[in-house]
Amino acid sequence: MSAIILFLTVVAVIVGWWLSQQRLTAKPWLEEGPVGDFPGGDSMTWPAAKVGLGVFLAVASVLFVLFISAYSMRMSVVDWRPLPVPRLLWVNTGVLVLSSAALQWSYVAARRHDTENVMIGLLAGGASAVIFLAGQLLAWQRLGAAGYFVASNPANSFFYLLTAVHGLHLTGGLVALGRTSAKMWRGAEIAEMRLSVELCAIYWHFMLLVWLVLLGLLTGWTDDFVDICRRLLS
Amino acid sequence: MVDIPYEGIEGIPPAEVPDVELYHPRSWWTRYVFSQDAKVIAIQYSLTATAIGLVALVLSWLMRLQLGFPGTFSFIDANQYLQFITMHGMIMVIYLLTALFLGGFGNYLIPLMVGARDMVFPYVNMLSYWVYLLAVLVLASTFFVPGGPTGAGWTLYPPQAILSGTPGQDWGIILMMSSLILFIIGFTMGGLNYVVTVLQARTRGMTLMRLPLTVWGIFTATVMALLAFPALFVASVMLLLDRLLGTSFFMPSLVEMGQLSKYGGGSPLLFQHLFWFFGHPEVYIVALPAFGIVSDLISTHARKNIFGYRMMVWAIVAIGALSFIVWAHHMYVSGMFPQFGYFFATTTLIIAIPTAIKVYNWVLTLWRGDIHLTVPMLFALGFIITFVNGGLTGLFLGNVVVDVPLSDTMFVVAHFHMVMGVAPIMVVLGAIYHWYPKVTGRMLNEAMGKFHFWVTFLGAYLIFFPMHYLGLLGVPRRYFELGDATFIPSSAHSLNAFISVVALTVGFSQMVFLFNLAWSLFKGEASGGNPWRATTLEWQTPETPPGHGNWGKDLPVVYRWAYDYSVPGAAEDFIPQNQPPRARKLIQGAAS
Repeated sequence: MSAIILFLTVVAVIVGWWLSQQRLTAKPWLEEGPVGDFPGGDSMTWPAAKVGLGVFLAVASVLFVLFISAYSMRMSVVDWRPLPVPRLLWVNTGVLVLSSAALQWSYVAARRHDTENVMIGLLAGGASAVIFLAGQLLAWQRLGAAGYFVASNPANSFFYLLTAVHGLHLTGGLVALGRTSAKMWRGAEIAEMRLSVELCAIYWHFMLLVWLVLLGLLTGWTDDFVDICRRLLS
Repeated sequence: MVDIPYEGIEGIPPAEVPDVELYHPRSWWTRYVFSQDAKVIAIQYSLTATAIGLVALVLSWLMRLQLGFPGTFSFIDANQYLQFITMHGMIMVIYLLTALFLGGFGNYLIPLMVGARDMVFPYVNMLSYWVYLLAVLVLASTFFVPGGPTGAGWTLYPPQAILSGTPGQDWGIILMMSSLILFIIGFTMGGLNYVVTVLQARTRGMTLMRLPLTVWGIFTATVMALLAFPALFVASVMLLLDRLLGTSFFMPSLVEMGQLSKYGGGSPLLFQHLFWFFGHPEVYIVALPAFGIVSDLISTHARKNIFGYRMMVWAIVAIGALSFIVWAHHMYVSGMFPQFGYFFATTTLIIAIPTAIKVYNWVLTLWRGDIHLTVPMLFALGFIITFVNGGLTGLFLGNVVVDVPLSDTMFVVAHFHMVMGVAPIMVVLGAIYHWYPKVTGRMLNEAMGKFHFWVTFLGAYLIFFPMHYLGLLGVPRRYFELGDATFIPSSAHSLNAFISVVALTVGFSQMVFLFNLAWSLFKGEASGGNPWRATTLEWQTPETPPGHGNWGKDLPVVYRWAYDYSVPGAAEDFIPQNQPPRARKLIQGAAS
């Protein structure tokens, strides 16, 4: 459970920093008076949807970190046999990087009010995300064909589980991306759509980051790191 | 005293409506059923939670019938008894209390108390309720599937939860996991709304330190729930896969019905860590909204400002943070590394400090207050006393050496029913008596309310006080019947019968409350907009019940904190948050 404790410490630091900006030492019983006399009455300047996405990303991170916690606890049992990670995953990773880059491209275009490039970016990002998901399914199929079934070893179970959870989150993102693209297609004003495009891009970067962490874990790249952490803590 | 408006008040333009497009219902369906109005969603949440809660209440009667009069009721067998325990616990903790405090009170009170027109994402808010309803229906359906609901206990510990021999192994456990997963998805949708609404949709002048403590409690609890429920989600998904696909996340190798099972190597302890990583914050997810609400009830009905508002806020935040590092005090007897126990015992005792600060502040708020013994106040007082009692036995159980012998006895049952069963329910009931006039425009009947309070309060003590004694005798919990154990004297059996009679009586007295809710809706005395003469914004709405969009044309502007009761020199004994201040400077000038 050390991974989740570490992560929550980070969350606590962020929340603590934010709270420290909120005048929690004010004495509200003395502060009677009109708006503007006492700072802190205004909401954040970010749009609500962006704050909402930020909170959601925190929740999703907790979910993934908990899976990682479970992973690291379960892998220390003797029956753990790491599975050979299909090469295809590297191709998929490349596709997901492209997807993320395309959405960043789209966001930059949105800031320049360049409708055409926004549309290209969105479509390219969406298409490559679909290719990524298809690639993940193909990887599953190859592993299955090679005899690495979901229940035959806990390492396999975690592989299927983590890729599935990541894939489902990306699928959810595709719904939002689809809605944004559909609105653009119907000719919505670019100024209205800028926020949606930005949120999609942020979400894609987040999903890429999560994928890289999971990939490091599944390929065993981070094993040494995990080992060091475990030794430090024990 | 000269009443001259503060200079510049006239000049403040009406608060602009933030560019949130309000959803306007066009038909009966979108107004009352698929509504995006937080107030309607709140009522939907509350009614659904109450309905499933009544099922759990009936289950507790059945358990008490068996415990009080073992062997008398042939329609209760050992398997069913386990199923009743499981469903009673799960429904009460998650589907009733969590849903009611956050989905019910959160939805109704947050937008009104912070001066918003609605939640910031109304559509997601609506989805949240419908997913919750689906979760409840899936849960309820387990009563009708072959094999019935799961009997694994509300903690659902593997390996026994998914092995044959545990009732509900076929369908019950699968549907229970599915229902929990749905609940968490639905809650996350709602939770995002509650948090972002408090952050982004506060009206002008509403600083964080001017928020009523109710909002602080619900807000902090929601943040905690958003961070804690994923642990239950992870545990549920992995247990579901163990059950359905035969993976071994939690399942060790074992012999099942004489055969070596397909499982191997899994860690039951891992499940317990995940479960209690959710489970302990869950206690405070239920308690913090109760803390917040009870602070407002006490202040309003004692006509006195809350004592130590800043400390109250800090204590809420501190409890929220600390509650994430105490989870393993539920696992002293689980076989985890024993020295962990001392760390968790220490953190557990530390959390008593901010909690005690809150209790002192409630008592000091009452001190020399103008206490009105209204029904909400009675329930608030009942809460304080019950919470202190339940909390004190918590200090016992927080210590490893005391917990180990008491862990599987009725003492634990008595402890957690006092502290997170009876105490939060007292607040729920008090809050309903308090805000019912705002929701319906009518007062609840006071005579019925007082009857309801005294039977519930005294009854709860008659039920749970003797249960501590049973626990000290060593009467085990979760047992279908006690048999002829020599260490259990016959007095324990008669005490059990007594508890059962009281429990049934208290249970039936809740029907008076339900009748009151229905009767007052039509025959209750009209309440007006602010029957308790309270300061917070929800009582200052132009219409009662508040209309669509809550505030008419202009949003309220906030000039003061939420606790200006009995202010010296003020015309009335309360000053609403949105009342402009008097001109102090001008008065001084006139005096000189």
